[in-house]
Amino acid sequence: MSTQKITLAKGLNMGLRKAMEADDKVLLMGEDVGKLGGVFRITDGLQKDFGEDRVIDSPLAESGIVGTAVGMALRGYRPVVEIQFDGFVYPAYDQIVCQVAKYTYRSQGKVKMPIVIRIPFGGGIGAVEHHSESPEAQFAHTPGLKVVACSNPVDGYWMIQQAIAHDDPVIFLEPKRQYHADKAELDESATPDPLFSSRVVRAGSDATVLAYGPTVKTALKCAEAAESEGRSLEVIDLRTLSPLDMAPVYESVRRTGRCVVTHEAHVNLGMGAELAARVTEQCFYSLEAPVLRVGAFDTPYPPSRIEEEYLPDLDRVLDAVDRTFAY
Amino acid sequence: MSDPVSFGPDLADVFGPSQTDGGPDLVQLLTPEGERVHHPEFDHDFSADELRGLYRDMVLTRRIDVEATALQRHGELGIWAQLLGQEAAQIGAGRALRPQDYVFPTYREHGVAYCKGVDPLRLLGLFRGVDQGGWDPNENNFGLYTIVIGAQTLHATGYAMGMQRDGVVGTGDPERDAAVIAHFGDGASSQGDVNEAFIFAASYNAPVVFFCQNNQWAISEPIERQTRIPLYQRALGFGFPGIRVDGNDVLATYAVTKAALQRAREGNGPSFVEAYTYRMGAHTTTDDPTRYRLNDELEHWKLKDPIERLKVYLRRNGLVDQEFFDDLDAEAKELGHHLREGCKALPDPKPLDQFGYVFTEMTDEIAQQRDEFAAYLASFEGSHA
Repeated sequence: MSTQKITLAKGLNMGLRKAMEADDKVLLMGEDVGKLGGVFRITDGLQKDFGEDRVIDSPLAESGIVGTAVGMALRGYRPVVEIQFDGFVYPAYDQIVCQVAKYTYRSQGKVKMPIVIRIPFGGGIGAVEHHSESPEAQFAHTPGLKVVACSNPVDGYWMIQQAIAHDDPVIFLEPKRQYHADKAELDESATPDPLFSSRVVRAGSDATVLAYGPTVKTALKCAEAAESEGRSLEVIDLRTLSPLDMAPVYESVRRTGRCVVTHEAHVNLGMGAELAARVTEQCFYSLEAPVLRVGAFDTPYPPSRIEEEYLPDLDRVLDAVDRTFAY
Repeated sequence: MSDPVSFGPDLADVFGPSQTDGGPDLVQLLTPEGERVHHPEFDHDFSADELRGLYRDMVLTRRIDVEATALQRHGELGIWAQLLGQEAAQIGAGRALRPQDYVFPTYREHGVAYCKGVDPLRLLGLFRGVDQGGWDPNENNFGLYTIVIGAQTLHATGYAMGMQRDGVVGTGDPERDAAVIAHFGDGASSQGDVNEAFIFAASYNAPVVFFCQNNQWAISEPIERQTRIPLYQRALGFGFPGIRVDGNDVLATYAVTKAALQRAREGNGPSFVEAYTYRMGAHTTTDDPTRYRLNDELEHWKLKDPIERLKVYLRRNGLVDQEFFDDLDAEAKELGHHLREGCKALPDPKPLDQFGYVFTEMTDEIAQQRDEFAAYLASFEGSHA
């Protein structure tokens, strides 16, 4: 069994390559994805190996990227488009919510939209405005879209392949802060979990912490810190935001009786609101405390010098955990 | 005081005064009076059969429109987007297509749908509210109606890029080479998506014809609100040719669109056709044009009617007899009957149908919502859910 240590960027790059080898209908398109390999180098080397017809540098127009991807999908292709940064997805918002999300429904299933829209998301990279956002709830709120977020290199490798092979449109969120951060051991012969499944990444018994994308790492650190204080936290990496895979969440919360959700997106009407509602509906008699949410404040993303005061961090999540024990 | 810096020529010198009759570049093969004229670049030797066919197509298309409008007035349709006056633009464009070409329509391309072999009855479903497009786009290479203005021009461009990758462009085999036509209107020309489509198509030399029916009105807004230069001249700025054709002249529209499609199929890239026409009816059946335009204008355009001018030509040249008109009249009546009876028989969707086809396979979440709603409906006595 051969394994190798890879970053998230490498995992995604390898996964894209695998998907392109497996199906010649898979096309990549986006700004700077060709020779440059993308501003984060996720598509590094792919144009060289698969050619300009399959790895397409696009004009600087996000609606154009997604809109032409719709046409390619209608022609039988499986476009994978890269939105350079989260904050630049909005010019394509109309095409995503009105066309990508609705074509299958509009056509009563006669037309498939196997499009993957890759979005580097989240903050913490010291960037200027529009480069650190978390727009996931806007897409999870849209019927017809599936939304997933990877949190680690191994998931990046598998999930991107699964998303490309899937016949419905997938908004694929990549925590950009993690791209070149930690390495993990990839075993390419392993069998991955299904794409639309959440996963317990650390078992615990006192409280459940729900996270996805960039906050999974934060939640795991919290669990370590809590353990030193004698408190056992269970951490669940949601991985899929639409549809949600709630069974492992309900099972966990019924055991722990406490639940904290953390994400980088604004708290108001964020994923945490939906998760809190569902957990409350399904685990009402098991709960020892209300479900608490730890996310960004309901303010625009701030100048980067204070972004660490804006993003949920270890202390704020631990503080919320403490508060669930105060009831 | 010094003179102001010259920033290029005055636009009025370049484009001339406002042109209500299409201007000197208008390609025309049949005048409003039914006079056959010739054009040095765009022409076609129409056989008598072709001419009669085009006439028949326009008459039947108008019949579809008139019947659907009446069905709306009778409460059988929620709304209808009329094409009255635009028959020549649509039939000329529609008949220039080959079976392998693909159409991306707006919501008004009833005549093009008819040319592509879509049963006109299928068009009524979305206006009646029983579906959102009842035909299979891949059966006739006729896409679903797109209601967001201009969005389909990007789909057309992407589809054309797919054709390039499939090797069905510029092979020299007329049975194989294919192109896409993107329909839109003068209002849509202001949309970002349309302008992005122009840029993508030009950048990749995509085999797409941008076919704009400039019917002079975007609901209540006249063409002057969308553009200060003739629309077809915008194409040059994007890097491909633009032609203005008399959109009420089916012969010219056919000839120009045929050339544009051929150019695309041969791998010579996109082009822009501005079919200069007029929306004789309302924007839709919910609109009231008397609030924003003068009757004089309508009367002026009535004299340019696309069907009348071909009728005059056919008669004057002895290409038709009374039997032709009688047969066509009977055919139109039959079509009207088909639409009236068929429309009323279109089945309403069932309450639980709304849960289907959100995805290629129903998710557990949606299945649960469906089941709960089904149980809720079933809780009422005599429920037929």
